[in-house]
Amino acid sequence: MIEKALYGDKKYWGWLILLGAVIGVGTFFYLRQFSEGLGITGLSRDVTWGFYIAQFTFLVGVAASAVMVVLPYYLHNYKAFGKITILGEFLAIGSVTMCMLFIFVDMGQPFRILNVFLHPSPSSPMFWDTIALSGYLGINALVAAVTLSAERKAVAPPKWIKPIIILSIPWAVSIHTVTAFLYAGLVARPFWMTAVLAPRFLASAFAAGPALLILLCLLLKKLTKFDVGKEPIEKLAVITTYAMCINVFLVLMELFTGLYSDIPEHVSHFQYMFMGIGEHTFLMPWMWASIILAVFSLVMLLVPKLRRNHTVLAVASVAVFMSLWIDKGMGLIITGFVPNPMGAVVEYSPTMPEVMITLGVYAVGALLVTVLYKIALGVRRQLLDH
Amino acid sequence: MGIDRRKFIKASGLAALGLVSAAPVRLFGQHDSNMVDTTTPASPPSDGKPLVGNRWAMIVDLKKCLHEEGCTDCVAACHLTHNVPKFDNPKDEIKWIWKEGFHGAFHELGHKHLEEHILHSHVPVMCNHCDSPPCVKVCPTQATWKREQDGIVMMDWHRCIGCRYCMAACPYGSRSFNWRDPRPHIDKIDPNFPTRERGVVEKCTFCDERLAVGKLPSCVEACKAKALVFGDLEDAESEVRALLAEHYTIRRKPGLGTNPEIYYIV
Ligand code: SF4
Ligand code: SF4
Repeated sequence: MIEKALYGDKKYWGWLILLGAVIGVGTFFYLRQFSEGLGITGLSRDVTWGFYIAQFTFLVGVAASAVMVVLPYYLHNYKAFGKITILGEFLAIGSVTMCMLFIFVDMGQPFRILNVFLHPSPSSPMFWDTIALSGYLGINALVAAVTLSAERKAVAPPKWIKPIIILSIPWAVSIHTVTAFLYAGLVARPFWMTAVLAPRFLASAFAAGPALLILLCLLLKKLTKFDVGKEPIEKLAVITTYAMCINVFLVLMELFTGLYSDIPEHVSHFQYMFMGIGEHTFLMPWMWASIILAVFSLVMLLVPKLRRNHTVLAVASVAVFMSLWIDKGMGLIITGFVPNPMGAVVEYSPTMPEVMITLGVYAVGALLVTVLYKIALGVRRQLLDH
Repeated sequence: MGIDRRKFIKASGLAALGLVSAAPVRLFGQHDSNMVDTTTPASPPSDGKPLVGNRWAMIVDLKKCLHEEGCTDCVAACHLTHNVPKFDNPKDEIKWIWKEGFHGAFHELGHKHLEEHILHSHVPVMCNHCDSPPCVKVCPTQATWKREQDGIVMMDWHRCIGCRYCMAACPYGSRSFNWRDPRPHIDKIDPNFPTRERGVVEKCTFCDERLAVGKLPSCVEACKAKALVFGDLEDAESEVRALLAEHYTIRRKPGLGTNPEIYYIV
């Protein structure tokens, strides 16, 4: 099966070489970080988590969103998703791998990471998150491998895989919930201490993930002859629309609670995010961009006529994805630390090495997803040829 | 390995406890007097026997401390004894004890019509050795833990993976991270105390290494105003208990329920 990844046209190899180059640059900067320490990042005593942990948080959502295709297909027997479940599962595998890499590059002592298992601490959400993520990776890899190889042999997948597929559904919800719990229970950070954090994480994930899947499907149709058909794309668009509405609703809930109560320690974070505090305005333009993109995408998605046009849908999907990436990948983590517990505003912005390492990790994910998709499409094509 | 070492430390602590209870030494209380003289030199007879307490705590007498405007003797002494590096870039800063503006230290307490000298004062802050420490709860490797026998919140620099979750969880900003190799940035390395390496978290440990040899924390020893008082809260005769009984004291962010064990006399 794997050999399917070894045959491709020039475009395919060109893309892989490009990704390889980005990974190379990322690795170079990681080695520098490894020898000099995390001092080469923009992080400080006051903002101790930044770009890496934010990407991790965002990508956990993308990984969890695979449930949005797995659930209708396996639980409700929604046949139209037959062609894309494997794409969803492979996307999840790529995302979880990136999550793990982001955690890894954020560690001060990466070689001690096994201490999490050698000295397990059940009171730490990080311990549970490690278990949830590795379990999810295992489940998805197994399910994808078993169903795809059954498909190749043109037989029905073995019965024993069904309960594991069903298990993957609550498991997907759990990875994003546990990730929210990493933040939501900290007395030190009022910005994260909100019960809607986990629901919000899920809503934004179920919008961002399917939006990305729509884009990948449209791209596949353009680049290869693989067409998933109109119906699944339109269903994904509906899912994205609903999830995005719920996400925006939850954000408004947070704004009301925070701003109406007017407790300084809560308000100051929102103030930093949207208005900046004094001359500290790094996040402000980003957050407004996120709002504008969200509104813009909703307008396009909520009008069925627009949504059904695939060009408009592609634009809307990019807007959803970017809006949510800014919200989580930039805003959420950094804002939790600004102002600091002493009320002082110490800003953070990622440095060049940090951005390069981040791009490198994304390139690893893209490479993995490309190769996995190539295998999946290869198997499908072989079936058609026979 | 870590577990073994910790067991060993625990066992030696217990052994020390046994030793001391056999020959009790009262270091902070004066049994024969109801009047506690808070001006007596705080340094105890340093006969090398470990100082033992059931719940160590510190009292900062701000009246005395603020009298010595601009004094940073406690900070200098602590940072010297513990090989705390100095970085030029505030981003890389490491500090165990430092002077924080009154508003920063007591975020929710001040108001703008407070007496001028308090409003613009700087108060010593450090790890509070909280009774319910959030930093301990979140650490995924038990590299930070609360010592059962005396409540000190300890750190194992060899086990820390540098995830900095504890820093996100501490509501007092008491922890620092070694963003870079600290060793080239230590003015004069004291061979009696370990230096840390890149990639681990560190913080004040109430000078557990000094307590073990019968010495008071170095900040307490260094304070010329005698504004810092260290002692056992569970010893009804101790100086800290007497001070708490006599004065109105406040703690940082009491509403969070972390139960800081640093008390401030205002
Ligand atoms: S002050 Fe911070 S570091 Fe010290 S025990 Fe409390 S929570 Fe932990
Ligand atoms: S940085 Fe070290 S001490 Fe802090 S939570 Fe992580 S492993 Fe524990």
